[in-house]
Amino acid sequence: MNGATRNDVWVVVEQHDGAVAEVSLELLGRARELADRLGVRVGAVLIGADQAVTALAPALVARGADIVYLAAHDDLTHYLTQPYTQVVTALIREHRPQIVLYGATTTGRDLAPRVASALRTGLTADCTDLRIGDHSMKGAEHRDLLYQIRPAFGGNIIATIISPLHRPQMATVREGVMVMPAADESRAGAIVNVPVERSSSPVHSADGVVLSDADFVVRLVDRVREEKRVDLKGARIVVAGGVGVGSREGFALVEELARTLGGVVGASRAAVDAGWIDHEHQIGQTGTTVRPKLYIACGISGSVQHRAGMDQSARILAINSDPLAPIFGVAHYGIVGDLHKVIPLLIQAYRTKSAGTAAPGGTTPVAAADGGAS
Amino acid sequence: MPQLRIVVLVKQVPDTANVTGEAMKEDGTINRAALPAVFNPEDLNALEEALTLKERHGARVTVITMGPPAAVQVLRESLYRGADEVVLLTDKAFAGADTLATSYALSLAVRKLGGADLVLCGRQAIDGDTAQVGPQTAEKLGYPQITCVSRIDALVAPEGSEARPDGEAGSVTATRSIEGGFETLTSPLPCLLTVTAEANDPRPPSVKLVMTYKGIAAEAMPEYDDSYLDPESDAAEVCMIDRDGRPVCRARVVQWDHEALGADRDALGLRGSPTRVKQIESVVLAQSEARMVEPTEAGVGALVHELIEEHILG
Repeated sequence: MNGATRNDVWVVVEQHDGAVAEVSLELLGRARELADRLGVRVGAVLIGADQAVTALAPALVARGADIVYLAAHDDLTHYLTQPYTQVVTALIREHRPQIVLYGATTTGRDLAPRVASALRTGLTADCTDLRIGDHSMKGAEHRDLLYQIRPAFGGNIIATIISPLHRPQMATVREGVMVMPAADESRAGAIVNVPVERSSSPVHSADGVVLSDADFVVRLVDRVREEKRVDLKGARIVVAGGVGVGSREGFALVEELARTLGGVVGASRAAVDAGWIDHEHQIGQTGTTVRPKLYIACGISGSVQHRAGMDQSARILAINSDPLAPIFGVAHYGIVGDLHKVIPLLIQAYRTKSAGTAAPGGTTPVAAADGGAS
Repeated sequence: MPQLRIVVLVKQVPDTANVTGEAMKEDGTINRAALPAVFNPEDLNALEEALTLKERHGARVTVITMGPPAAVQVLRESLYRGADEVVLLTDKAFAGADTLATSYALSLAVRKLGGADLVLCGRQAIDGDTAQVGPQTAEKLGYPQITCVSRIDALVAPEGSEARPDGEAGSVTATRSIEGGFETLTSPLPCLLTVTAEANDPRPPSVKLVMTYKGIAAEAMPEYDDSYLDPESDAAEVCMIDRDGRPVCRARVVQWDHEALGADRDALGLRGSPTRVKQIESVVLAQSEARMVEPTEAGVGALVHELIEEHILG
């Protein structure tokens, strides 16, 4: 079995300014599982400027890659649709992976469909799960297909999509739904330098990738990218507020509970749309997906879109004045009541109980910023 | 003098934001018939950008949709807002298309129109949320793309257009939203942009245009009917009849099937779609197993104690 016919599982790695996107590392973890099941290798495609990306390759091996295809060129410093499409398409044509995964970020969702169209293969957007399974169709049995599992129809259904006859099978995968693999610095892997040449006109090369001027007609004029100030994904405890919070001032109470418990503030889309809290805090299908040890939903009714972003939490406590709110359907504990009364009870109970044991960090009593909250 | 040519790709979608119990069949699939059909929201944002550019630069705005005959409703809605020309791609051969087969048909329609300077569409449709048709159509047309556009910063109309008679090549500069920030890019024309809800607030239908097309509004038959079409022409005049049975206007609705597009049937519809839906599960709430806690000092205190004991808290 040689490299060309081994039909590996690939992850197209996203990096910005020399930092690998978390979703790419998460995908390496799942790619490792899929590849082990299929008995193939994990390939990682890493594209960027020479100086920035060469140093990143070992970290990809540590997270599960067997081969890193390193396409480094100064003209590839920033993501641009067409040159990146050329690189990925050329590598897929040469090495014929059976599965190619991308993060469902604005970059991955710009790149993957362009590649799928160029290769005339299938692509499933924004998957939340990936598995290997069989499928019979027209009397033929297709073994070891990639089951691409995703919510659809506004989150009202979960669809399993397959691409039985086309290769590679491609999917973009939502950030935060796959578990980040631990780095294993002792893992061994190969780093393959992909020659990238720049030419004024399109030419074919038997070896490596040739980018022409036609691939660079779109110019990046400006780019502002800030690191997230709110680390919802890393939070052990998330205290999230929804419509029931009632106002921007009401969020002071949610924030106080989060501070008291050492957690991070989250919000439903409705609360964000109402302007009570910044979009960075949004949890759900169009926000961040979280899986903390404890999720406290305050005044959140629990739309399917919201639940999609939090129902994997280890424990869920729902506080809602409506006993029929759908959030109680995914909760482990429910309190039917006015959150403006229940949250102060929680804060008080926690301070009392924790004062009796060791004093955990971040429990210094803090007055609510606005008395109107209660 | 040729005008700036803008093509807007739109979709009629079931209103997934308002899925009710009746919309779910017992077998867990969606009963599309129970959902109202709406203009895909971000496609309205794309149309709004096109109409704004038309006001600023002068342009011919052509709206294309692919769907069943009833999808002509989104074309009517486009005319009410100021579109100049509308095209309906409808054919059983298109049915069951995934994003790859859809983008193939749409790209052929844009080509049949003679190409465009700018192709606009919504970032994604609310029934599938894939955001794939825009980039795939751009690839098939060989156009550059800028996706997730929240603002069109500048447009330099192309050579030979009314707005740009000096023969310079045209370009578009647009800002796209990315995680934690934005990017501004400049592309030569032609270019395809996918537009997000952030870009604008779409205008409502113009009263004047609704009056102009009131035959459509007053039309008792919501279905698009083949009998409206002139069989000799693929650019049929659709004659609208008012309540008294008088023709009140003649709106151009161009209807193309796969033959009109010169399409390879094997690349269309289900046959041309690499992906298959293997299984659909409805998201049914599990029967509530939440342990209910009293909203009292004692109830809440016991819960907090338990969570601390289990090392969930503290």
